[in-house]
Amino acid sequence: MEWEAPALVLSATPYGEGSAIVHVLTGEYGLYHGLARGGSSSRGRAVWQTGNLVRARWVARLSEQLGTITAETVHASAARILDYPVPLAILASLCALADGSLPEREPHLAVFQGLTSLLARISLDPEWAEREGMAEVVRWELLLLSELGFGLDLGHCALGGDSGDLKWVSPRTGRAVSDERAGEWRDRLLPLPAFVLDSDQVGTPQDWYDGLRLSGHFLHRDAFGQRHRPVPEARGRLADMIARKADIVPPGQAGEDEPAEPDGHNPVDKP
Amino acid sequence: MSGRGEIDRLVTLLGRLPGLGPRSARRAALALLRQPQARMLPLADALAQAAHAVRTCSHCGNLDTSDPCAICVDPSRDEGLVCVVENVGDLWALERAGVHRGVYQVLGGTLSALSGTGPDDLNVQPLLDRIAAGGVREVILALGATVEGATTMHWLHERLARFDVRISRVGQGVPVGGALDVLDDGTLAAAIMARRPA
Repeated sequence: MEWEAPALVLSATPYGEGSAIVHVLTGEYGLYHGLARGGSSSRGRAVWQTGNLVRARWVARLSEQLGTITAETVHASAARILDYPVPLAILASLCALADGSLPEREPHLAVFQGLTSLLARISLDPEWAEREGMAEVVRWELLLLSELGFGLDLGHCALGGDSGDLKWVSPRTGRAVSDERAGEWRDRLLPLPAFVLDSDQVGTPQDWYDGLRLSGHFLHRDAFGQRHRPVPEARGRLADMIARKADIVPPGQAGEDEPAEPDGHNPVDKP
Repeated sequence: MSGRGEIDRLVTLLGRLPGLGPRSARRAALALLRQPQARMLPLADALAQAAHAVRTCSHCGNLDTSDPCAICVDPSRDEGLVCVVENVGDLWALERAGVHRGVYQVLGGTLSALSGTGPDDLNVQPLLDRIAAGGVREVILALGATVEGATTMHWLHERLARFDVRISRVGQGVPVGGALDVLDDGTLAAAIMARRPA
């Protein structure tokens, strides 16, 4: 059994004498684990940095085995953004989300392509990531939810309202609700930022925070909750950064008077 | 395996040490067993003594036989210059090089989604207390050039920003003795981005 394909490095854990267990995401074969010999040596560590795009080759005698994996760096995303807090937090968050939520060996081409292009753009233009990259991040998280079978229904109002006025999402059903029909339920609904429906818009820090609340709620409840796993801390740190940009005190750091989310947890931060 | 229980246990315990796999552990065990008087008993004695005597410095997180450690109480050290490192191994590396004459703060890890290391797991409070008490002029963030190291550096930078101290970080790029054509893409990219006026 073997394959060779472009792959994104999602994580690498030191193992034994200088090796590493690495998790990579490919378009054709999905999420794969493998033993990278020399992966935690001084030379290997540079290749197996989270977020790097590599040309990977996986080999095993039987398909059930862990297999060994070798790689050559194609694009070293991480090294280019080590000095940029927000782009680095985005990279760490996206890779941790893909690593923790995707099932092994199941191709999700759209997720791979979206993540590859997003990481490439962030690493080539970190200032773009600070300025408008968060809108793409939220869109990718919603794409991930959709690929995992937990897609939101944002095409029309669940209560029969005007589809051009969609401003809210039900945290229970994941269906959009128009501003007009939200009525007294507004306080219990999740805000739907305009950039989610209109790809030409980039949003403001407040919109990004709302977007993270929206996707975070369903990541926590569905993508990770159904597998009894916590949402990765890296995402919580990204959300905290965006909250500070939007001058919002994240719920986890607020006093006792801070209103709780409808289901009693903070969907943006750690569960 | 009758009669080999002690040897197997020795190999197993040695094999749990970082950098040693089963094969290296067997080689090490064999080397010890061949010269028990010259190698094995002195090693066992040193291990027992170290286990009882060595403790973690409550000031900086270093390992020493005294608390505070020898570095923290050394009057020739510049207490206004604090170097933050990930682990004691990094502190030892800087001491071997003799390039830092200040004091240290050992974090005990870096923020990592994979290993589950969060802010509460890092040994940061003694550093904040030391800065708040006054006398610290500069904090050098000497963390690894990895996603985890850089994430921790940014996180720490945010927490230190409220204090009136200079915050610096170690440089990145071409290693001494390194030729450009053998460097990996990431190191080259970091070196170009960290370039400075000649």
